[in-house]
Amino acid sequence: MDLALLAALNEERRARRAAIVVTDLGTGAARLVREAEFAGADPLAGELAARFRTAKSGTIETPDGRFFLTVQVPPPRLVIIGAVHISQALGPMARMAGFDVTVIDPRTAFATPERFEGTNLLAEWPQDVIPSRLAFDGYTALAAVTHDPKIDDFPLAEALKAGSFYVGALGSRKTHAKRVERLTALGLDPATIGRIAAPIGLDIGAQSPAEIAVAVLAQVIEALRKRPEAAATRTRDVAA
Amino acid sequence: MDTGTDISTKDVLGTAEAWRREGRAVALATVVETWGSAPRPVGSHLVIDADGNFEGSVSGGCVEGAVVAEATEVIEDGAPRMLEFGVADETAWRVGLSCGGRIAVWVERVN
Repeated sequence: MDLALLAALNEERRARRAAIVVTDLGTGAARLVREAEFAGADPLAGELAARFRTAKSGTIETPDGRFFLTVQVPPPRLVIIGAVHISQALGPMARMAGFDVTVIDPRTAFATPERFEGTNLLAEWPQDVIPSRLAFDGYTALAAVTHDPKIDDFPLAEALKAGSFYVGALGSRKTHAKRVERLTALGLDPATIGRIAAPIGLDIGAQSPAEIAVAVLAQVIEALRKRPEAAATRTRDVAA
Repeated sequence: MDTGTDISTKDVLGTAEAWRREGRAVALATVVETWGSAPRPVGSHLVIDADGNFEGSVSGGCVEGAVVAEATEVIEDGAPRMLEFGVADETAWRVGLSCGGRIAVWVERVN
């Protein structure tokens, strides 16, 4: 592998962009495929698309030879808006599942280090943090659980605009209808707003904050690992 | 906490780049295939320099020594090669995987 290729790969990783190194195991020749740039014309297009989704490295046999695909995708991030009971359970669970977790809540009575030991906690308004210190991207999930539009709406809009792979919000269908009105007023189109999972979490009959956290985390993982399928399901739900 | 974004210090690919930029001769070993029970998943990396310093892991310790020795030759001649390790043979004194699986490791020089 050339140093230039290794450096280019590391640059993508630092910028939280996915990339794959394709190494010809016959010749040792290697090339870098950036997720944003790769096109259907690539001879390995289908394989590359699947690998970007599953994040799994592996060897493939093709008529042109054996290739090893080194798949590097950014670590998934979960940003939780609201330092509430659900977040106290969701933070540790999500960290165990491999997520880089940040909790944001300007209400300092909620956002105390004692309640969120081990979790990156920002006791500030979301608009003071996003995007200056925390930029959303396609490998970010957002769970907005404060119930308070003043706190939830801005990060919801930002996550939708940034193409975050999961955007969920707590609240009944009635409060969500009002949320849709507010986000529409902010200039977001119905299809974009339709990406919000609301009420948040898989419908498993969760009752306690910890159970709701399980439902939310399961839905986030589904969105991460089954991206196209999960998106299609939600679109059908909206249309029905 | 590991934020996953700071790859300069503890990340193997970051280390490989940093070592090479310091002028050290560097080889990169990658687990490219596993069969059965394997200690490290496909895609795991180990970086080795000409003095035998290494960081990362391809097996959790059982075959690193053999990979490092082979990497020294890869650094010298520049030809990438595939190494395979299986179950440790109790009659012959050679390295292997105690877990019972087999792994293939690709070793290449960083030019």
